[in-house]
Amino acid sequence: MEEKPKLKVTLLTGRTIEQGAGKERGKSSKEYVESVSVCYIDPEDMKKLGVKDGTNIQVSTAFGSVVVKAKKSLRAPHPGVVFIPYGLWANVVVDPETHGIGMPSFKGIPATVEPAPDKPVLGLEELLKTVFRKG
Amino acid sequence: MPVVKAVTCPVCGSLCDDIELTIENGRIVKVKNGCAMCEAKFLGYCGEHRVLKPMIRKNGELVKTTLKEAVRRAAEILAEANYPVLYGWSNTSCEAISVGIELAEEVGGVIDNTSVVCHGPSILSIQDVGIPSCTLGQIRHRADLIVYWGSNPWSAHPRHIERYTAFSEGRFEKSAWRSYVNKVKALVGRKKIQSAIKRLFFKKPVPVPPPVSEYKPYPSITKEGRKLIVIDVRRTKSAEIADYFVQVEPNKDYELLQAFRALIRDQELEVDKVAGVPVEYLEEVADAMVSCDFGALFFGLGLTMSSGKLRNIDAALSLVRDLNMRTKFVIMPMRGHFNVTGANTVFTWQTGYPYAVDFSLGYPRYNPGETSVVDVLLRKESDAALIVASDPVSNFPRKAAEHLVENPLIVIDPHMNVTAQMADVLIPSAFVGIEASGTAYRMDHVPIPLKKVVNPPRGILPDEEILRRILAEVRRIKKKMGEAA
Ligand code: SF4
Repeated sequence: MEEKPKLKVTLLTGRTIEQGAGKERGKSSKEYVESVSVCYIDPEDMKKLGVKDGTNIQVSTAFGSVVVKAKKSLRAPHPGVVFIPYGLWANVVVDPETHGIGMPSFKGIPATVEPAPDKPVLGLEELLKTVFRKG
Repeated sequence: MPVVKAVTCPVCGSLCDDIELTIENGRIVKVKNGCAMCEAKFLGYCGEHRVLKPMIRKNGELVKTTLKEAVRRAAEILAEANYPVLYGWSNTSCEAISVGIELAEEVGGVIDNTSVVCHGPSILSIQDVGIPSCTLGQIRHRADLIVYWGSNPWSAHPRHIERYTAFSEGRFEKSAWRSYVNKVKALVGRKKIQSAIKRLFFKKPVPVPPPVSEYKPYPSITKEGRKLIVIDVRRTKSAEIADYFVQVEPNKDYELLQAFRALIRDQELEVDKVAGVPVEYLEEVADAMVSCDFGALFFGLGLTMSSGKLRNIDAALSLVRDLNMRTKFVIMPMRGHFNVTGANTVFTWQTGYPYAVDFSLGYPRYNPGETSVVDVLLRKESDAALIVASDPVSNFPRKAAEHLVENPLIVIDPHMNVTAQMADVLIPSAFVGIEASGTAYRMDHVPIPLKKVVNPPRGILPDEEILRRILAEVRRIKKKMGEAA
């Protein structure tokens, strides 16, 4: 079988206006869930991975791995840098290390991304159940 | 239809206080002046995600209960715990926070607010280095140079630029809107010319764009009046409207800050690039900084969350100190939640410390890294949790959230958020700033009143009142335990 392309990247998390408005609407609203279960990628990197806008991809770090939808970044060029808005999907893979000052490392985390067209993006309930086994 | 004017928006730390709401049959039907987040909150606050009844987890399911029962259960959990955490507080009023701190002292727990995962490092650094700051009003009227570093106001504080900085009309400084419009027109014109050229010569091979790794500063148009500099790892929306955009490589802000410090002190840099940015361009930006009359640097989580954390802020504060040798410069953190500054302030009044306060020894102790909530959770030390107006299960790294949901979990929140879904006791509350009045602190530490514009759903109380009832119940239980012993 052909080896799937994998890309080593730096993961950033942060705000988007969709995430901001979505969270005010309600954390289980469709708008919110759709705004935070995505990963913005540089178009050049998308080509390297062979994924299109909307393809499911798997983002993995030393702390976990999550399936989200790839989105073409409008903020390119930022080769080698991917962006997931703040939310449960991002927090499955961010670095909890606080370096003794209370603040985990939410930005600049080494990660790999790979296409995962066969794996589903989990909804809120399913993600909660698989991650925390409660709810 | 009644219109309520001068309402404060309870969403982000900008606390815009010019919102106009139209009320019909006890509901908000129209919002004027607000941004997208503000509209979403004022129009959606009473939507399907609202919790209307207190709930308790029984056999793994959340079931409805009475307020009295929920308060009693919450008080029992807290009174029995050895080391509970009380977390959240940045989305509620100063009055509620004040009662929360009393409760933390009563139960000997750790109380922490959301600044621990946003500007906690900034606070630590400000305690070390000091901060030259001012009010947003002064910046609006006087600042002729604005820097946003590691923050994207366009998305996180959508009206900040329009109300307080580059695009606001100040007494001594004019709005930069017009030049921005001109700039966009010029850029669109340039793109049109380019595509026309392409069309004319379409038979020739289309020129290959230079490799993306090659640094291209955003085309800037020199102009009179206020200038805007954006420094960020991504070309955000805010970057697109800036006069200078400096794209720094991830985790390299510290180098860049120190490079600016050197340039401002007229030192030569013996490299071509710092943090991926050509030194020539940095010199141009440093020149703009030095030659302003009143500069303001706003910094966001891009500095506090990436490598270096509080040391990045040290360098930013020192940069502003250096700039003050040459001109007038101020610096301010971009605070996220509408009352996170208030949480820091009330914590400091009552305990002496701005966040991460531990009452387990009977007196307040403060040692971020030890008494901060993420660390307590990562060490699996807490044995109960009270979360007020916050959603840590979706905001904390997975490892920390995992321990949080293992403990008995009490949640006070108007919405069914991710943490609320995990709760063992869930008490719905009124939205402060919509259904309850109170006080909040803007990012520049100016206290601003929040209005009550509509009534909360029947039987739903504000956070402050719920906390008072839990506190009274905790005191009653402890008295009984004391008598029994
Ligand atoms: S900028 Fe912030 S305070 Fe102002 S309207 Fe938008 S969300 Fe509300």
